[in-house]
Amino acid sequence: MSDAIHRQAAARAKWLVAGPPLLYLIVFFAVPTLLMVVASFRVAGEFGGLAPLQSESGGWNLSLESYARFFSSTLYLQLFAKSFLYALLTTAICLALAYPLAWLIARSPKRYRDLLLLLVILPFWSNFLIRVYAWMIILGPEWALARALNGLLGAFGFAPVTLMFSPFAVIVVLVYVHLPFMVLPLYANLEKHDPTLLDAARDLGAHAWQRFRHVTWPLSLPGVFAGSALVFIPAFGIFAVPDLVGGTDGIMIGNVIKQQFLEARDWPFGSVLSIVLTVTALAVTGLAALAARPRRSAA
Amino acid sequence: MALLDIENVTRRFGSMTAVNGVSLSIEAGEFFTLLGPSGCGKTTLLRMIAGFDPPDGGRIVLGGQDLTHVPPERRPVRTVFQSYALFPHMTVAANVAFPLKMAKVPATEIPAKVDAALEDVRLQPFANRFPHELSGGQRQRVAIGRALVTKPSVMLLDEPLAALDAKLRGEMQIELINLQKEVGITFVYVTHDQTEALALSHRIAVMNEGRIEQLDEPSKIYSFPANRFVADFIGECNILSATVTSCDAGVCSLELAGIGTVRATASVPSLRPGVAGALALRPEKIAINTPGQPAGGGDNHLTGRVMDFLYQGDVTIYMVELASGNRLEAMRPNSASGRARFFDVGDAVDVSWKIDAGHFLVD
Repeated sequence: MSDAIHRQAAARAKWLVAGPPLLYLIVFFAVPTLLMVVASFRVAGEFGGLAPLQSESGGWNLSLESYARFFSSTLYLQLFAKSFLYALLTTAICLALAYPLAWLIARSPKRYRDLLLLLVILPFWSNFLIRVYAWMIILGPEWALARALNGLLGAFGFAPVTLMFSPFAVIVVLVYVHLPFMVLPLYANLEKHDPTLLDAARDLGAHAWQRFRHVTWPLSLPGVFAGSALVFIPAFGIFAVPDLVGGTDGIMIGNVIKQQFLEARDWPFGSVLSIVLTVTALAVTGLAALAARPRRSAA
Repeated sequence: MALLDIENVTRRFGSMTAVNGVSLSIEAGEFFTLLGPSGCGKTTLLRMIAGFDPPDGGRIVLGGQDLTHVPPERRPVRTVFQSYALFPHMTVAANVAFPLKMAKVPATEIPAKVDAALEDVRLQPFANRFPHELSGGQRQRVAIGRALVTKPSVMLLDEPLAALDAKLRGEMQIELINLQKEVGITFVYVTHDQTEALALSHRIAVMNEGRIEQLDEPSKIYSFPANRFVADFIGECNILSATVTSCDAGVCSLELAGIGTVRATASVPSLRPGVAGALALRPEKIAINTPGQPAGGGDNHLTGRVMDFLYQGDVTIYMVELASGNRLEAMRPNSASGRARFFDVGDAVDVSWKIDAGHFLVD
């Protein structure tokens, strides 16, 4: 009798605790995603937007036309592959740059750490566009970087290059924009490492590289994974950076999605591209998480 | 020649001297303990043997090889850390295999060696567990197994049992003694727990303020402390200021200020009258009786009054105030069942002890 009451109370408490976050996820994640999925099966309106769900004749205004269009040409798949590569490259470079930085911050005296972290997030205090425009100047043909590079190339008899409006510029700016998102989770992870583990590894005969390879690196994988997801996912779908510094060669899938919604006004097709983007990003992060799990092998 | 020679080793941190010109020799197969209060330099000395702290002076020689400037990863010694320092992302077997992999032992030989080490510490059934799936005692055994799998010549143990509860600690002590006998590896053991040191060690170095106060077998340290610090630190001890009045063949007559004359042994064979020091007297060596009753063979007699007592189950400790105002602790076993005490607060009592129960310490 009282047992049943307890169980009821426990069930109620569970809903009270889980309820608000669940509601949040439904309102801000599940519903928009569902709307997007529905939109991908609908028909574009005559003047943009979506045609009414029910046609005048009374039938449903649904079609697979947008999916057919996506798979009928390799153009979009190629663009996906290219964006995927850009995002992967950005993630790899961010990781290579952020890991030593995060490690140094985590190993520096406690009183400097907050200041160093502040410096990492300082760029966020100025507008995103301004920071990208700054890179447009830095990479521009008139600035010292391009001049010095072309001077050097000229001296060896090579043709001059343009840094701006190229895939190169896209990668540089993508790395710059996303670097803090890699540094912070890595720092949060590395800062928690127990230094006696490194002492123990050393005592057991591991030299510096082995200590990194067998202790620091595997223990930092959750941080590596979190940082990579925070960089890879937004970089995969970004449109602002390739818009501003990519030129025609540096275009990414995000630009096409933006075009579908704002210029071509084909919402269903834009939704199809968005769904493919989301599913790909989910699949990649899911596979990465699976691969990063600790295993019970003796190795 | 000793296996491990520590020659005049010094280590300073800023203006603080953590280890001050310590020399000692440890024999192969020995269970050697560095014992002292926190901050006495025992852990710093251990870290210098392991190679984590460079000595500011002196040499550390192991098996004839000068290790002073050899980095930890190339020393044939292994440390068991107080926090165990097990790799959380590796299973028990992978933890134990780690030093073998670092030593580039052929992969085909590793499983057998890991198995043997796990058998030594009785952990074979847990080979595939992760450290967080083990109890404290089991983690401790993994740390020991990992340290002995490469058969190091010396194993350093830094308060390895401090994190365990009292009962488990007792069991682990017996296991450690047996294990050390079985594998024959020299143990250098650091602890602040004197009962642990007395129970485990072949020899103990009692350290204080960066120096060795006394280095001897446990029974010698307990029965014949070299000075007031050792007498006070090891076990319970009554310490009374005393002056020598006469001395003959190691037995001295001592004048205890305001108390009277007693006789005791001294570690120095002949002492001149007038030498100042202290009488060290263990509570369990003092007999406590009702006045007037025939005392059981005591050579020294004093009278006093019970001020307080501590019932500890197997024994009761009585605080006795002497006529002079000095206090003595006396211990009496509660041999009769259900008996909590023989005397009550305020009772007049006779305290007595044999000549060889007291020990004179020269200041």
